[in-house]
Amino acid sequence: MKSNILPAIKLTFLCILFFVVAYTFVVWSIGQVVAPNNGKGETVSYINSKDNLKYGFVNIGQSFTHDNYFWSRPSAVGYNAAGSGGSNKGPTNTDYLKSVQQTLDTFLVHNPGIKKSQVPVDMITASGSGLDPDISPKAAMIQVARIAKVRNISEEKLIVLVNQHTENPLLGVFGPPKVNVLKLNIALDNLK
Amino acid sequence: MNSEIFGVIFMFMATVVLAIPFGKYIAKVYAGDKTILDPVFNPIEKFFFRVSGINGTKEMNWKQSMVALLTINLVWFLLAMLILLNQGWLPLNPDHNPSQTPDLAFNTAVSFLVNCNLQDYSGETGATYFSQLFCFMFLHFVSAATGMAAAAILFNAMRERTTDQLGNFYNYFIKSLTRILLPLSVVVAIIFMLNGMPMTFEGKDTIQTMQGDTVQVSRGPVAAMIPIKHLGTNGGGWFGANSAHPFENPNYLTNMVEMIAQFLIPLAMVFALGFYLKRKKLAWMIFGVMTTGFLCLVIPNMIMEQHGNPEIARMGIDMGSGAMEGKEIRFGTPASAYWSILTTVISTGSVNSMHDSFMPLSGMNQLLAMMVNAFYGGCGVGILNFYIFIIIAVFISGLMVGRTPEFLGKKIEAREMKIAVMVTLLSALLIKGGTALACYLFHRDPSLPWLNNTGFHGFTEMLYQFTSCNANNGSGFEGLGDNTPFWNISTAFVLILGRYLPIIGPIAIAGILANKKYIPESAGTLKTDTLTFGIMIFAVIIILTALSYFPALALGPIAEYFSM
Repeated sequence: MKSNILPAIKLTFLCILFFVVAYTFVVWSIGQVVAPNNGKGETVSYINSKDNLKYGFVNIGQSFTHDNYFWSRPSAVGYNAAGSGGSNKGPTNTDYLKSVQQTLDTFLVHNPGIKKSQVPVDMITASGSGLDPDISPKAAMIQVARIAKVRNISEEKLIVLVNQHTENPLLGVFGPPKVNVLKLNIALDNLK
Repeated sequence: MNSEIFGVIFMFMATVVLAIPFGKYIAKVYAGDKTILDPVFNPIEKFFFRVSGINGTKEMNWKQSMVALLTINLVWFLLAMLILLNQGWLPLNPDHNPSQTPDLAFNTAVSFLVNCNLQDYSGETGATYFSQLFCFMFLHFVSAATGMAAAAILFNAMRERTTDQLGNFYNYFIKSLTRILLPLSVVVAIIFMLNGMPMTFEGKDTIQTMQGDTVQVSRGPVAAMIPIKHLGTNGGGWFGANSAHPFENPNYLTNMVEMIAQFLIPLAMVFALGFYLKRKKLAWMIFGVMTTGFLCLVIPNMIMEQHGNPEIARMGIDMGSGAMEGKEIRFGTPASAYWSILTTVISTGSVNSMHDSFMPLSGMNQLLAMMVNAFYGGCGVGILNFYIFIIIAVFISGLMVGRTPEFLGKKIEAREMKIAVMVTLLSALLIKGGTALACYLFHRDPSLPWLNNTGFHGFTEMLYQFTSCNANNGSGFEGLGDNTPFWNISTAFVLILGRYLPIIGPIAIAGILANKKYIPESAGTLKTDTLTFGIMIFAVIIILTALSYFPALALGPIAEYFSM
């Protein structure tokens, strides 16, 4: 043991220099060139509800609850990316099931004319990160009627918009289709 | 939907296709043959050894290797404690996060040291950039290399000869880092950054949303840490939500890469064993047993998650996307269910969906995956765990057919069996003993703020925590309020025992066997690379692990399933 301690300390020090300091510097330098926005996270600009020009992160979902926007999914952290996490509610938790029912009822009240059987389960359950930037295409489509009414835009125009913003599976064959809610809502504001 | 199933099948096939040549490469690295990166890293290694005063060519016996391993691990533990207790005033802390409390620092240091990465803190608020890089990412590299070096010693001991000289621990350790983990990490980091993973030293950003709310967005040099988090089957993520976080796993492509990355080395290790010993049939037998076990767990999970929560289905909504609570749209249910089993059979423990919200029997399969902990298993240590099951299976089948129990030309006797059985029974003791203690404390004082769910599911939360620690997995039913002195300290001890004894045990057996007389194969030798023997190992695994945990599983996930 004794004869191993000093070599172990020296080796540890060298490993930190090489696998932490040098490695991180190399990755960071490459990131300055290849990563979007120099590795600070890809952003997108918009005029927000207070008429200011602001920016948000494309990958970080935002809370949309107003009737004139496409809603995002429920979130356990309220879309505040200072933290992240899911509800961690078990499938048989009665309080949880009640809150899901409430979310469903609220959704139906705001979207008259939509039948329960049309509401996809992903629209009334919280994501794992609480920051899910996407909704499913189905979840976007069932909100079209509401938004068309509030914004006085034809439903056909909105359906085209949702279709334009539906991202297909990777290479067309891997994974689910999705709609980035932030990008969709920015495009929605720009329709006028 | 089909595209989601295709995605999963493609990920599995791609990993197997990559793992075979990569296993050949790993075998060459450990055999000391020439490899492609020699010109770059040979001088660096020589420099490392010269400055540290280590003779990298001096062979060690198994005891000397274990002493070297434990000594350097102790140094890392002290370093990690020092950093975590002082991170508040150390540099690279743009968000002004505080230092960790002593019990939390103890748990965190141990859990990263032992390649578990249980996280009782949340990355956004509980760690600084300095801790993430100099403590967590550093331990990601070196704890993975520790497990791989132990596996290399095992490979060496299994050769057809009689010796107590089993290579040099430091040499295997550095080779694992420079030839395997580092180059892959750089490649994977570039893929991640191209797909929008942040790599910045700037702190939290404050933004105004489209609806006019003010929120903050945590960031950091994430893209450096996430590759090694998966390649080393560590699993300790940058953010609280781990790989469910859109910055830690931005899209389906990165999800695929993260899954392939965590699966690659455990799988390649199996093939490396075959190439190293020139016993490819043995490697395919091991691969067959592991894959059968893996598929038995993963296929039911994908079906159950796709089917969704029957309690929610009763509300009369469209259940097409399955059990979406705790899952992300960009991954979908099949890829999340696949990940949940992959991360538990190998000891990664990173998550791209919240295991607490999975269906009861899906949760049971995650538990079983960790209880077995040898269907692929962690980076290097998986093969060590499997070796124990081989030894037991050889002994039992030897007795059954009346032949001397021999494995690769070495007689297995009482001493080796005692070690093997002790290592196996230890898991059951730690998991069930720990859960029982927690249940007792909770029963005595039900006001403890531990459980996020009541009843059977609450019991499963506690069972999962100890299972995850013993398997050095690190995933959790994260509803458990685990940042309390009881959980921090009790799990830390389970972590230590669950890491080092299952490394020392197999290495001791292999070391003892290597020293025994080599008996060439004859007509009387029990063949260990056959289908029959594969079935035998599978049966041993089921009897020793799955069945011994059945009562606990019946109280948790099975009871919850029947209550639905």
